[in-house]
Amino acid sequence: MKNRKYQTKKNINRITKKEGLKLFKSADLLGLGTMADKIRQELHTKGIVTFIIDRNINYTNICINRCSFCAFWRDEKSPEAYVLDKKTLFKKIKETIALGGTQILIQGGLHPEFDINYYIELLKSIKENFNIHVHGFSPPEIAYIADKAGFTLKKTIKILKEAGLDSIPGGGAEILSDRIRKKLSPKKIGKDRWLRVMEEAHKLGIKTTATMMFGSIEKPEDIVEHLDAIRKLQDKTHGFTAFIPWSFQPGNTELAQRTAYSVQRKNALRRTHHAVRYGATAVEYLRVLALSRIYLDNVPNIQASWVTQGLKLAQIALRFGANDFGSTMIEENVVASAGVKYMVSINDILNAIKGASLKPAQRDMYYNIIGYM
Amino acid sequence: MSLKKIEDKVFSRKRLTPDDALILFHSEDIFTLGRLASQVAYRINGNNAYFVQNHHINPTNICVNRCKFCAFSRSKGEKGAYELSIKDIIKKLGTEGSGVRGQGQDKLNSSLVTRHSSLPFTEVHIVGGLHPDWPFDFYLEMLRQIKKSFPHIHIKAFTAVEIDYFSKTSGLSLTDTLKALKSAGLDSIPGGGAEIFDVKVRAKICPEKINGKRWLEVMEKAHSIGIKSNATMLYGHHETYEHRVEHMLKLRELQDRTGGFQAFIPLSFHPKNTRLSKTVHCSPRPRSAKRGGLFTVHSNGIDDIKTIAISRLFLDNFPHIKAYWIMLGEKIAQLSLMFGADDLDGTIIEEKITHSAGALSEKAMSKAELINLIKKAGKVPVERDSFYKPVKNLE
Repeated sequence: MKNRKYQTKKNINRITKKEGLKLFKSADLLGLGTMADKIRQELHTKGIVTFIIDRNINYTNICINRCSFCAFWRDEKSPEAYVLDKKTLFKKIKETIALGGTQILIQGGLHPEFDINYYIELLKSIKENFNIHVHGFSPPEIAYIADKAGFTLKKTIKILKEAGLDSIPGGGAEILSDRIRKKLSPKKIGKDRWLRVMEEAHKLGIKTTATMMFGSIEKPEDIVEHLDAIRKLQDKTHGFTAFIPWSFQPGNTELAQRTAYSVQRKNALRRTHHAVRYGATAVEYLRVLALSRIYLDNVPNIQASWVTQGLKLAQIALRFGANDFGSTMIEENVVASAGVKYMVSINDILNAIKGASLKPAQRDMYYNIIGYM
Repeated sequence: MSLKKIEDKVFSRKRLTPDDALILFHSEDIFTLGRLASQVAYRINGNNAYFVQNHHINPTNICVNRCKFCAFSRSKGEKGAYELSIKDIIKKLGTEGSGVRGQGQDKLNSSLVTRHSSLPFTEVHIVGGLHPDWPFDFYLEMLRQIKKSFPHIHIKAFTAVEIDYFSKTSGLSLTDTLKALKSAGLDSIPGGGAEIFDVKVRAKICPEKINGKRWLEVMEKAHSIGIKSNATMLYGHHETYEHRVEHMLKLRELQDRTGGFQAFIPLSFHPKNTRLSKTVHCSPRPRSAKRGGLFTVHSNGIDDIKTIAISRLFLDNFPHIKAYWIMLGEKIAQLSLMFGADDLDGTIIEEKITHSAGALSEKAMSKAELINLIKKAGKVPVERDSFYKPVKNLE
């Protein structure tokens, strides 16, 4: 491994798209893991695994996009539709701070009635009342706010920043391949727009994360295309703090129901249907995670997703490229609505990290260490 | 520490010493471990990953033992205690079996492979509490009735602990007890009740249960009259790595003598709802147990895959290493196939014991799901019977 092809530090001899695809398609899991683990150790030399204490707050589940892979959205008229009132929101933030939380992740559906003033007011009221980092509004929300206001993305982000937005979560990226997006989420912003929101944000000094949802109908090519898009933008802006791959959770989603139905009708296990019916397995998750660590040589942090993979597999992910455990998730609604619920305490997370012979540390959104635990 | 010496031993097919196994437990090099274990697994079982269509029956949860790590057992008269009659059991096997997996193509698939019977499973796995009142004859009658109703079903039943108890309640010798069971229809014995053989650990976690010596004696007697069995190890509680290695060493020695073990099944401790979780303070890594910290749930996946891999390497005379998905969860069980395991157990209709302790896995898995897990791990799914003969190769 002396003349390693997969140079991480200076991007010399970085792995090409073609190599990435070849690696993903043909390397064995343990080989991918060995490579990714080595890169993680080079980038994070002290064996530190970070996590953040925060809460996911979803201000509404009413959404005009209605993506087929999502179990969270509701129609405005649905009896389960909700919009959080201020009192409830503030109570949630208070609880978060009481539990040692430093950040809220605030996201929600694209509500047909909301305009930019709703979001400005929301941010201002939070900042007036609390000293907390606001990680909020994924690119589909930002684009929606901009379109409704008739503003450019740049102007919109600037206004939100002035109102109190500190950083932007990387959600809504799903798979950054328009071929797949047209099938899964035709109403959601496309690949270019998602990237443009992030680029504008980075230029304004707002850091963001990037996610990828795999394990639905995408092909290896789409995964590599996604990683490549992130890497290219990161070369330009260096605004991504972390990459978070997680797998499609089929429970209660239109996508899974649709395929279950067609499987029944045809009485056959077509490959794509099969994949969507079950979602990605553990082996597939670790392969994607390891590839992400190898390919994204310019993104400092890779997060393990215990919310979708469970604590045990998330712990193993720390040896397949991940160096961060993400959020302690005092509250989580979106994955839970797909029927996946792993109950985890901070203590469980600490034990999982220590059990992998690594050192847990609490961080903020910028990956500054707040304290070792 | 470099694993070079151990690697050489594995490549030249030399037996690992207990010290080698300890070095492996202390190593952080999970990738080398995985590769070595995979190589050994490939030597023995090729690319096959086995599963069985089976049905679990727990005739009662009333148990005189009340082990501290168990969330399933109840005392007689306690809330939640239950007893199944033989009629109940026959009914469960006859009706529930076909009812549980009514999902689409599974019905279709199962009809292909159960040519010999109308049931969607080939094996029934029966284990239960040590009931204070049930006579030995009740169990013999249970076996006879099951065989009568379902002559093609393989009965894998009664842990060594139950068999020892039968021998005590009936006044028969171990050999006579086993012979009686065999002639009533017992086909093989599951590997439960082994826990950890170490006397001191056993005194802490299950003081009332038969000791390791007796457990091994039951197995040796069973093997000697031609009854095959499995062997388990419960880990992740009070034991050290040394205790695990010692446990596996005893199994390896017995296997050298009898060859009667089919599979080794490492079981990760599930603390929820058990008294052990309240009383035991232990860190997730056995070697640093003294440092303290509360036991928590499901936190050490790395320990799981390492234990699987080391057992594959150390137990060179065991044909199979089983990643019991009920205990490990389907994700870690699948990953275990890359760390030396070659068997995922089965469809398991109605699992009760681990779920009493808060297992997060499903209570039953469809055949299509099992096949999906195996294929996605790059292995060849083979539906097996209880002696690892292919029922139908699925590739």
